[in-house]
Amino acid sequence: MLYAILIYERPHDFDRREGEAEEEAAYTGAWQAWHQALLKADVFVGGSPLERPETGTTVRQRDSKRLIQDGPYANTKEQLGGFTLLELPSLDAALEWAARCPAAAYGAVEVRPIAGEVHKRVTGEYPK
Amino acid sequence: MNTRSDDLAHRAVEAVARQSYGRLVALLSARTRDVAAAEDALADALMSALTTWPRDGIPKNPQGWLMTAARNRLLDQARHRQVRDQSVPTLELMMSDLYETKDPDALPDERLKLLLVCAHPAIDPDMHTPLMLQTVLGLDAVAIARAFLISPKTMGQRLVRAKNKIRQARIAFEIPAADQIPQRLEAVLDAIYAAYGSSWEDAAGTDRKAVGLAEEAIWLARVLRDQMPEDPEVHGLLALMLHCEARRPARRGADGKFVPLSEQNPREWLVPLIDEAERELLAAARHARPGRFQIEAAIQSVHAERAHSGRTDWGAIARFYDLLVDVAPSLGATVGRAAAHAESESAKAGLTMLDAIDSDAVTAYQPYWAVRAHLLSELKRLTEAKDAFERAIGLSEDDAVRTFLLERRQKIPS
Repeated sequence: MLYAILIYERPHDFDRREGEAEEEAAYTGAWQAWHQALLKADVFVGGSPLERPETGTTVRQRDSKRLIQDGPYANTKEQLGGFTLLELPSLDAALEWAARCPAAAYGAVEVRPIAGEVHKRVTGEYPK
Repeated sequence: MNTRSDDLAHRAVEAVARQSYGRLVALLSARTRDVAAAEDALADALMSALTTWPRDGIPKNPQGWLMTAARNRLLDQARHRQVRDQSVPTLELMMSDLYETKDPDALPDERLKLLLVCAHPAIDPDMHTPLMLQTVLGLDAVAIARAFLISPKTMGQRLVRAKNKIRQARIAFEIPAADQIPQRLEAVLDAIYAAYGSSWEDAAGTDRKAVGLAEEAIWLARVLRDQMPEDPEVHGLLALMLHCEARRPARRGADGKFVPLSEQNPREWLVPLIDEAERELLAAARHARPGRFQIEAAIQSVHAERAHSGRTDWGAIARFYDLLVDVAPSLGATVGRAAAHAESESAKAGLTMLDAIDSDAVTAYQPYWAVRAHLLSELKRLTEAKDAFERAIGLSEDDAVRTFLLERRQKIPS
């Protein structure tokens, strides 16, 4: 089963990515270690951190007009900071890995199953 | 109705609910085998207490009052169903000993039977602990789900399914035959310990799977101890959890940082809990029948001794771990044993023990990597130590533990 791990972080967490050397090392170190653990356990399928929310641009097409809005889609305190796709046997296993995700301790981590059936209807085959 | 008497009555209901919830559910369901119906009836009784008690005053025997109200509610429900089942006279007969309950202490305490039913082999082992927390302590599905890291809806459904199983499979509310007791009791002990969360602690900074229901787990263990004082493992489990609980304040520094057991200040340990733990361990020792929980408690007892002696007798701890791996082999015990031998003999001896563990079993087992990292850095095998730290950090759930390990790794010269 494929699970998306959606990682939400607070505004100042994005600053920690480029913060003082010590702060940056702690932040990056925790993420590196989690990523390595995912690789070693052979569950990592894909994913990446995302640039800061304010670099996002939101597009809507309404009444044949293209509406472009500066900024991320969701106007929430915690913002999507990255996502990871994992191949796991069960939701319980996905929750285990989500709990180990560094952001679980300070932000929020959402676990969403990949919609395999819909994927097949849309693309003609199940997700790999 | 004035607010003050409302408030008083409210608190009285809460107090009785906390004290007697499990006793009342056990009494009612031991007769009907219908745990869900017993809980519903008790919930109704508690609701009507909230409206009646502020008006009429708190009854002299609140527990008896709730018992009677819940029992009548169950009988009412049975009467409504009478068309399709003829169970009312049977139910009345089954509950006849619950009439005229003036003295709450005269009510039989059936909680042991309820605990045994919750941990019955026919029930999914994953549901043993949630069932106990709900039926004996009255915790709702939301609180249980939060502690077990699953959605409240799923937890609710699983609880309903487990209760249906008890009713439909007609699991008996009884004390099993003497030869069955050790095995049945083991499941009860495991389930209570699961509510506490395992607590392997050592210098390396291993991550605790803190379920966060420590208080509830200790409460359950005390209930069990009162009901089965002649079983040494029951005392052992209670002693183990009390020792671990005694260290809670010392486990975090003033800055919120993780403090490993060997660096904790014994003056921050909670003496009353340690004393109670030691009394339980002594009560267990009188039976001269060692078991898994007594050995684990004995290990914690040796650690606690540092408060008096100023040192840790790692030789004694290593011998207890040898015994533990013998009596109750587990990954946690094997890793703990390696850590203890590393302290009492040499880091190399500990590492050799770790190397002997099947590598597939430890892919996602944080304590293994934390201990391994610690030993490798002591042996100055720095590159391997860094890798092992990284694995341990990546598998940590607790942010304080993660930070602690990150700092340890950073101290390794590159």
